[in-house]
Amino acid sequence: MSLLRIRNLTVEFATGGGQFRAVDSVDVDVGEGEILAIVGESGSGKSVSMLATMGLLPWTATITADEMSFDGQDLRRLSGRARRQIIGRDLAMIFQEPMSSLNPCFTTGFQIREALRQHTDLNSRQRQDRAVELLTMVGIPDAERRLKAFPHQLSGGMNQRVMIAMAIACRPRLLIADEPTTALDVTIQAQILDLLTGLQRDTGMGLILITHDMGVVAETAERVAVQYAGQKVEDQPVADLFATPHHPYTAALLAALPERATERRLATIPGVVPGQHDRPQGCLFSPRCQFADERCRTVPPPVQPAELGRARCHYPLHAPEVAA
Amino acid sequence: MSEPVLIAEDLGRDYEVGGGLFGKPGLVRAVTDTSFTLSPGKTLAVVGESGCGKSTLARMVTLIEEPTRGKLSIAGIPTVPENWDRLRTEVQIVFQDPYGSLNLRQRVGAILEEPLKINRRDMSAKERQEKGREMMRLVGLRPEHYDRYPHMFSGGQRQRIAVARALMLEPRLLVLDEPVSALDLSIQSQILNLLLDLQERLGLAYLFISHDLSVVRHIADDVVVMYLGRPVETGPKDEVFERPRHPYTRALLSATPRAEPGAGRRRIELKGELPSPLNVPPGCPFAPRCWKTQDVCREVRPALEGTPHPAACHFPEDEVVEAERA
Repeated sequence: MSLLRIRNLTVEFATGGGQFRAVDSVDVDVGEGEILAIVGESGSGKSVSMLATMGLLPWTATITADEMSFDGQDLRRLSGRARRQIIGRDLAMIFQEPMSSLNPCFTTGFQIREALRQHTDLNSRQRQDRAVELLTMVGIPDAERRLKAFPHQLSGGMNQRVMIAMAIACRPRLLIADEPTTALDVTIQAQILDLLTGLQRDTGMGLILITHDMGVVAETAERVAVQYAGQKVEDQPVADLFATPHHPYTAALLAALPERATERRLATIPGVVPGQHDRPQGCLFSPRCQFADERCRTVPPPVQPAELGRARCHYPLHAPEVAA
Repeated sequence: MSEPVLIAEDLGRDYEVGGGLFGKPGLVRAVTDTSFTLSPGKTLAVVGESGCGKSTLARMVTLIEEPTRGKLSIAGIPTVPENWDRLRTEVQIVFQDPYGSLNLRQRVGAILEEPLKINRRDMSAKERQEKGREMMRLVGLRPEHYDRYPHMFSGGQRQRIAVARALMLEPRLLVLDEPVSALDLSIQSQILNLLLDLQERLGLAYLFISHDLSVVRHIADDVVVMYLGRPVETGPKDEVFERPRHPYTRALLSATPRAEPGAGRRRIELKGELPSPLNVPPGCPFAPRCWKTQDVCREVRPALEGTPHPAACHFPEDEVVEAERA
């Protein structure tokens, strides 16, 4: 059974120019102990769909879903109080900018202990011990002293470790990491990714990794969901996705990677992601797709079966001949 | 071979930080002992992590900062303040963030014409406009974009405007400070292709500052790897990537995720973080994090030397690394 199960999630924002659909009928499934990567460019709705799951969107957002359940509990019907009991304990999130997601006015120790105070019945001595244990676990040497430090006294990598320590403080069953390494240098990125996958292995928690970096996806994820302009366009195990992408967007994205380039000129995707006012009628990728025809431009494409990577496309690539 | 556009010899830049009424200010050596040459039509990439001095280097080359040590000459002319006016038209820069580097209150046309207004006083308004429009064609913008404001453009188009502005004075050298890191993957390749095209057509020399090794591998001819303000390895791109000699370069390469699932590559895990630049270790700056450190590393600073390409290490790696990646 999946830990987090979302069906047909749509998020719209009320903006000055009318309703803006940031997430458009997205399905998400994550099982226990699974690593799912959600990839997409900016504006593809990958962060918003997870923020909606966490209930962290502002009031301007309208969230609708046919199903949105975490461990059997319906997240749509929960009261704020009940939701806060789950969030931070069983369901935790790490954000991109460690510097701005920690409170600069409190020590790291206070912030880690706060999570423990909210969600566990440990006494203050035990909370302190657990905080030391957590910092040691995420690879911060001299933990006792670091607990007394303020965020500005630590480096970006250290702060991200503190964020991770806070997120895993109550042994969550699902951790959502939103671009956890984008603000960090590559050698630190490698350390943080190893830490996250190590923790995932040791504790058996589910992990959702939101990223735009195909390299990070290839090295850490087990399954990948590709999002484009708010829609999920493909969903495959990682090796299959890189070997046989079924959606033209995924294929084009992979071809645009400099390290996959075979000649000096890189493959490009012409045009830009559609905005609020120029959303195409049919397939959202059709204006930029080299295979698009009249049907693509007018009829929204169906979601193909799992063998075809659940590609949202009329003409999925690498399809067996029979289907064509 | 043609004359190099850019020659740097033992270039250095220090900053004084902190210090109060009585306290002695600390000295940060942001860049030290950096030497390189760059020829027309070539790309020299400077790679390294944050704090390694690559942006300070870019600022010195663009004449925004004066070097405190060493010599720098552009197109054969030494960059002393008396020559700055003359040299500013030879070197231009494109910044990382196309959202921050364009004036939101100016139309694209005005943005493009401004360098001409300042540096080519004798040019008429009509000539300026013609040149601006021609430049827009060159970077792949449409003529009707001339009267629009930057907010009407996407990130990729803005970066095209920034490139166009940099080229208005027909510089010979373009400093590209992380020109594609703020862009999405599908846009990144458009801008990289544009840069390659322009280089071929105009014979530009690029000083390409980046932390993204896959981009550098694609675009560079030569590479300088910097660590804590010093070059630790320099050489032709293929040599540095295929046969890295400095342990830091190796670690950096191994830490860069590759878009190949199940590549099964051994990752060199570095312990710790960059030391504070206020407090650089006396020996090899990389010694505290290196897995090969011996006593000599902590005491004697290694020189940038050796064959086939120079590396600043007492115990350079000399076996072929390609095998273990396979």
